[in-house]
Amino acid sequence: MIHFENVGKRYAEGGEALSGINLQLDAGEMAFLTGHSGAGKSTMLKLIGLIERASYGQVIINGKNFSKLGRRHIPYVRRDIGIIFQNHQLLNDRTVFDNVALPLVIAGQPHRDIQRRVHASLDKVGLLDKERMLPSSLSGGEQQRVGIARAVVNKPPLLVADEPTGNLDPALSAEIMNLFAEFNQVGVTVLIASHDIDLISRMGKRVLVLDKGRLIDGAGEQGEVRQ
Amino acid sequence: MARQATRRSPRRSATRVTLTGAALQRGTSTVRRSRGKGWLRGYFKGHFQALFLSLGRVSRNPLSSLMTIAVIGIALALPTGLHVVLKNVQGVSAGWEDAVQISLFLKQGIEVVEARRIVEKISAMTSIEAVVHVTPQQALGEFRQYSGFADALEVLDENPLPNVLLVRPTKEASEPLLVEPLLHELRNLPSVEMAQLDMEWLKRLYAIIAIGERGVLVLAVLLALAVLLIVGNTIRLAIQNRRDEIEVQKLIGATDAFIQRPFLYSGLWQGVLGAVMAWLLVTLSLWLLHGPVQQLSLLYNSNFSLGSLESVGVLVVLVAGGLLGLLGAWLAVGRHLRDIEPT
Repeated sequence: MIHFENVGKRYAEGGEALSGINLQLDAGEMAFLTGHSGAGKSTMLKLIGLIERASYGQVIINGKNFSKLGRRHIPYVRRDIGIIFQNHQLLNDRTVFDNVALPLVIAGQPHRDIQRRVHASLDKVGLLDKERMLPSSLSGGEQQRVGIARAVVNKPPLLVADEPTGNLDPALSAEIMNLFAEFNQVGVTVLIASHDIDLISRMGKRVLVLDKGRLIDGAGEQGEVRQ
Repeated sequence: MARQATRRSPRRSATRVTLTGAALQRGTSTVRRSRGKGWLRGYFKGHFQALFLSLGRVSRNPLSSLMTIAVIGIALALPTGLHVVLKNVQGVSAGWEDAVQISLFLKQGIEVVEARRIVEKISAMTSIEAVVHVTPQQALGEFRQYSGFADALEVLDENPLPNVLLVRPTKEASEPLLVEPLLHELRNLPSVEMAQLDMEWLKRLYAIIAIGERGVLVLAVLLALAVLLIVGNTIRLAIQNRRDEIEVQKLIGATDAFIQRPFLYSGLWQGVLGAVMAWLLVTLSLWLLHGPVQQLSLLYNSNFSLGSLESVGVLVVLVAGGLLGLLGAWLAVGRHLRDIEPT
């Protein structure tokens, strides 16, 4: 599902955010990406979400080689990746329902399906009773769950989350992580960037460790062979 | 990737993902990636949504939308109104258009019978289309009827009016170069006292109208440019105001076409509503002018009445407004939408 081959990312301001990353994450797997601030977690997720492009190497997600992907195709690729952002990226002038429905509207789904699937998605994250509210009137944890509902509403095969529990208390964090585990159980590939080591270790999943732009642990068979 | 596929058949398990909730189970397969047969329907549906979404945006900001629409309306009303005025001037003078006419005043004392012979002679000329003979008797009758001096005429012993021949040359002979020699020829006929070609002023009037038309055209082009800039600027501001929204939409897979559609349609709405405003302004102005013009035409004994914008004209203004709005929005969208990328 996620395949990195000798991937590096340099920024114009100087400094290499990622260097020589080799990674193989199979479909249906769940993994955590951890490391200190500035180790390159966000950069790696941005490469997966096509928000940025690798300076060198191959990023292949869901069978698509991103280095060969034209600008025109980016939106369609993004629809297959559910991304959950640390700052939620919700539209505050629209209701929870409209926020969650957005990916379906963008994909041009029929109105009936939109209603049903948004409700199912909100039900899953436990916010069905708040569909008419504006995101700004919800708590941080609830907003994060709206973001999750939006990411899964069009059933992408891959979920990527950037510090989804960043600002939440331990109980809420565990709840959110369990939610991701549930998605993983039905076959969704999940990659979560987090520095909450305690929580990660309790989940008992594969852990990828980044340090100064290098993957120092958990790279998977292929990566280990290379190293 | 191949190796991965053999191991766990990831594509299968991935696309069959159903979120555990029972409700989601119901909404399963079919809908993903509707780019097949339903593509065209989806396309029109997308446009339909954007059409009303943009109208909603216009109506949610009534004051600023109204200001923009008013500015567009005034810009479109100016050339439209001038066009209507010119059309009316042309309407007034239209009756005279093909009437290049030479009035021949025969010498005093020529009898009606003799005048008839002259009419026949002139009619036989190849460059003459028609000759109308106004006898002194007829001329007097007309004079009595229209001048208001009927009582004064009673005093006269005899009819002081001469025979008048109204000579209309053929179309070819009406050309300025040909009509002059004809005039000369007729003037030199022995029984003719005076020959008059008083179409010069009409030609000048037409020349002035032509200048006016050209002026209106230039003005229309300039103001069309102004409308483009107004709409372009409004849309640019709208794009900047919705920067965050555009970023979020791009992040979750919206195409450029999807994002720009509401902006294009709000440009279209502004243009069309501006055109409606222009039509209202012109109609209102004509209504205000109607009374005074009526009075003036009464003074001239004319049944002229101020014509309004014909339905074709209304259609042209609406279409032009819509196209200008769309084009202005398109230019702004093309310039500014690409710059916004999520970071």
